[in-house]
Amino acid sequence: MGNDTGLTLRTILRDVLSLSEERAAALDAETGLFGAMPELDSMAVAGLLTEIEDRFDIIIEDDEVDGEMLETFGALLTFVDGKRGA
Amino acid sequence: MNAGWPCPGPGGPTEELAVTFDRQRRHRLLIVPPLFDEMNRTRRFLIETMRRLDIVGVDSVLPDLPGCNESVQAFEAQSLYSWRKAMAQAAAHFRASHVLAVRGGALVFPNALPGWVLEPVKGASLLRQMLRARTLAGREAGLAESSAELLEIGREEGLDLAGYRLGAALVAGLESAMPLDEGQREIRQSDLGGGALWLRAEPGEDPGQANALAAIIAEGIAA
Repeated sequence: MGNDTGLTLRTILRDVLSLSEERAAALDAETGLFGAMPELDSMAVAGLLTEIEDRFDIIIEDDEVDGEMLETFGALLTFVDGKRGA
Repeated sequence: MNAGWPCPGPGGPTEELAVTFDRQRRHRLLIVPPLFDEMNRTRRFLIETMRRLDIVGVDSVLPDLPGCNESVQAFEAQSLYSWRKAMAQAAAHFRASHVLAVRGGALVFPNALPGWVLEPVKGASLLRQMLRARTLAGREAGLAESSAELLEIGREEGLDLAGYRLGAALVAGLESAMPLDEGQREIRQSDLGGGALWLRAEPGEDPGQANALAAIIAEGIAA
């Protein structure tokens, strides 16, 4: 489950941030996202979350979105895994 | 390459611009662009697709939606209805034989024409994403706005979203709008290969995707 989610999440980040395959593959749990990647402004985060909802068929509520969940690739993966399991 | 066309507007018709590859050929494709920022992110991709269609003998036209791009009309005055009327008018003016509607363009395209819709999107999804961008930006600025509250205001008074001033009619229209395709062929992103260009935080282009889209259209028109 985690593996599969991780792969899809990598693809989404690659598409939204126009990452090379190498950079997408190099994303790990510690890789910083919001605040660390200048491309990730509020519009890009909104696009990212909407795409995550579409591909995983989940709904992310306003109050679930915070700096912590978007801080690292690992945090975002944990959040999405939690939503999928719920 | 740029042509003017008479577009209906609240104060009477205005002259709006379209990018055209027009050699008065038999097959003429109207491209209805995506809405909001997705229009900017896909513009180069769509024009690259038009160049390829020109080479294989298909005319194409990409009009501005009134209120968008070079348009002289006010964005705030627009609604899905005004965009539908405008695109129907553009189809008639340029004598389009086929149509390609991209993303939110599928909410406003003249669906009596044969053609294609590329990854059509519901109005509610576009609205949700823009509301989310606003609440996220607000939170960074220390404001506590919720999507639900904003939507309530937007229905009554209009709303600033993603750098656009949406009138109340546009907000209300987007909430319930579904793609209008009726028999047009649906093209998925996976048919084009690569990541969707409208998702990209920075606008870009992809020659491979333009090749793939032009090939699908050219083949369909010739069939």
